[in-house]
Amino acid sequence: MTNKLHVRKGRFAITCFGRSLLGLALTGFLFSANAGVLPEDRADALYFRYDGGGVVIDGPSVLVRKSIGEHVSVSANHYIDMVSSASIDVETSASPYVDERTQSSLSVDFLHGKSMYTLGYVNSDESDYLAKTMFAGISHDMFGDLTTISFGYKRGENEVFRNLKDPNTGVVANDPNFAETMETQSFNVSISQIITKNLVVTGQYEVITDEGFLRSPYRSYRFFTPDLTSQGLLPEQYPNTRSSNAGSFRAKYFLPYRAAIDTMYRFYTDTWGILGHTAELGYVHPLGKWIFEARARYYTQEAADFYQDIFPRANYANFMARDKELATYSAVTAGLGATYEFKIERFPWLAKGSLNLRYDFMTVAYDDFRDATFSIGSFGTPPANPLPPGQEPLYELEANIIQFYISAFF
Amino acid sequence: MRIRGLMILGLAVLATGCSSIEPWVKPYDRENLADPIMVFTRAPISQDFLDHVFESREGSRGATGGGGGGCGCN
Amino acid sequence: MSARKFIKGLALAAVFALPAFAASTSSGPAPAFQLSGRGGKAINLSQFKGQVVMINFWATWCKPCREEMPLLEDIYKKYKPMGFTMLAVNVEPDPKDAEAWLGKLSKPVTFPVAFDTDSKVSKMYKVAVMPSTVIVDRKGNIRIMHKGYKAGDENVYLTQIRTMLKE
Repeated sequence: MTNKLHVRKGRFAITCFGRSLLGLALTGFLFSANAGVLPEDRADALYFRYDGGGVVIDGPSVLVRKSIGEHVSVSANHYIDMVSSASIDVETSASPYVDERTQSSLSVDFLHGKSMYTLGYVNSDESDYLAKTMFAGISHDMFGDLTTISFGYKRGENEVFRNLKDPNTGVVANDPNFAETMETQSFNVSISQIITKNLVVTGQYEVITDEGFLRSPYRSYRFFTPDLTSQGLLPEQYPNTRSSNAGSFRAKYFLPYRAAIDTMYRFYTDTWGILGHTAELGYVHPLGKWIFEARARYYTQEAADFYQDIFPRANYANFMARDKELATYSAVTAGLGATYEFKIERFPWLAKGSLNLRYDFMTVAYDDFRDATFSIGSFGTPPANPLPPGQEPLYELEANIIQFYISAFF
Repeated sequence: MRIRGLMILGLAVLATGCSSIEPWVKPYDRENLADPIMVFTRAPISQDFLDHVFESREGSRGATGGGGGGCGCN
Repeated sequence: MSARKFIKGLALAAVFALPAFAASTSSGPAPAFQLSGRGGKAINLSQFKGQVVMINFWATWCKPCREEMPLLEDIYKKYKPMGFTMLAVNVEPDPKDAEAWLGKLSKPVTFPVAFDTDSKVSKMYKVAVMPSTVIVDRKGNIRIMHKGYKAGDENVYLTQIRTMLKE
């Protein structure tokens, strides 16, 4: 089966370097384990680069947070990423492409006694996806400021388009016959508790519900042709709802010398049958003007009910997916970071500045997703010695992630 | 009579209970907790980017304190 | 149930409820204490008897405490001639950090600073928030206890101190 039109796939197929960096505004909010104090004023400028599995994504991100008076803090972020994709999914179905995504967000925190009220908005734009998200939250300190309880709500409305490349002119534009929507809502609650003068723990629970067009307009599932020696491709079929529950626990402990260790575990389950476990360990060690950090993260996932690398036949079931994000796999990520803090006498308004470097190495091994370039080929070129479909080696990927950012505190 | 006695005891416990959850970590003992290295997220701009990297390639989402949300990871 | 039993029960409840109310008062004679100050000098609360004393519990790791310090120095300079003294009690287990921070101030503090390294005095004064400010009158009684510091609180201090200086 051949695609008549040269379709641009892959952005969704690989990673979907996402529709909204929602966390940006939220992280500061939910993790200020102290609701009774406004978050500190700061400005950060980040350059990031992700390189792995044939995909390179890099770009800048700028964040500014400023308090107005004693009760209000405003935060704004502008983020751009440029994707240059030749991922495994793109290799087996289309040609490499580049795309750019821009995201802007704005949030306001209002402090009233021991309570913090937050309201924010995020807008994400790329050539085939528009996402608008609104979030709100309340955070409250109690029991002598030992406990902080927070509630958050998020609501997103997204529009999905599909890009087509005109085979004659090479121009890429939205398919005029394709326009879908997707809504998402989430509720979360978290409790942060100081246990001893050296230990703080946080428990968090979040429910997310998605509704609408939840699959990629570009990706296909594989199936065996009746003779079982070759394969075909047809567009994926997904349910139009997805509901998930995630519960996490994290703890941070101040060691007998000036350093801290932290740990995190998250359990995830959803109506698509995915089961995920995340565990993380971190260590922070300041030394003079430097702060060093080491982190290790382990993630393991069980596939969605309707995921298969290759289906026994076409239209095998109501729902069929071959998105490796829904596969069974495990991933290990190890990271190192260094921060150098400084003060400039000539600028007394700068309370502190820092230069930061962070490097993460991620390795992923899939248990039920195979490298189809061994049977289909690469970018339309069949392999010299093709393997039978379903017998390709299991796919593995490695990625290098680099971040360099400057922070200024006022 | 027993019920009334229990009610009064309950009220008494409530009267002590509500105001006597004294913070067991006194404010003058909060030195380590106030140390900047004890923050869960030292740089939200960086943590959010990483959360985003993970969320956009994993099936799991949520309960990270940040969380990408709304990812059109079709 | 008889009226007597009811009153007995109420009294019992009141006894249990008492601690709930006791914790919120901060009046009566200021507990006596002696701590070492900067340069190792001993500081005893009794040496300030007859003056209005403002005891400020602070720490270098507490941002509002650091912001408040220069304002306390202004108050000290203004009212010292009228029989007022400021006494800053640092609550950190190691005086080194406090000494270092005080040494680096662009506007040095000239009032006495004491080091409550084992938190004994903080416990005696039931310090519940950082910073906490206690104002003691000329007779040695606690009159006011301030919890925390917000911009503008120093004006409230000025009014209260002026009233007590007139006594």
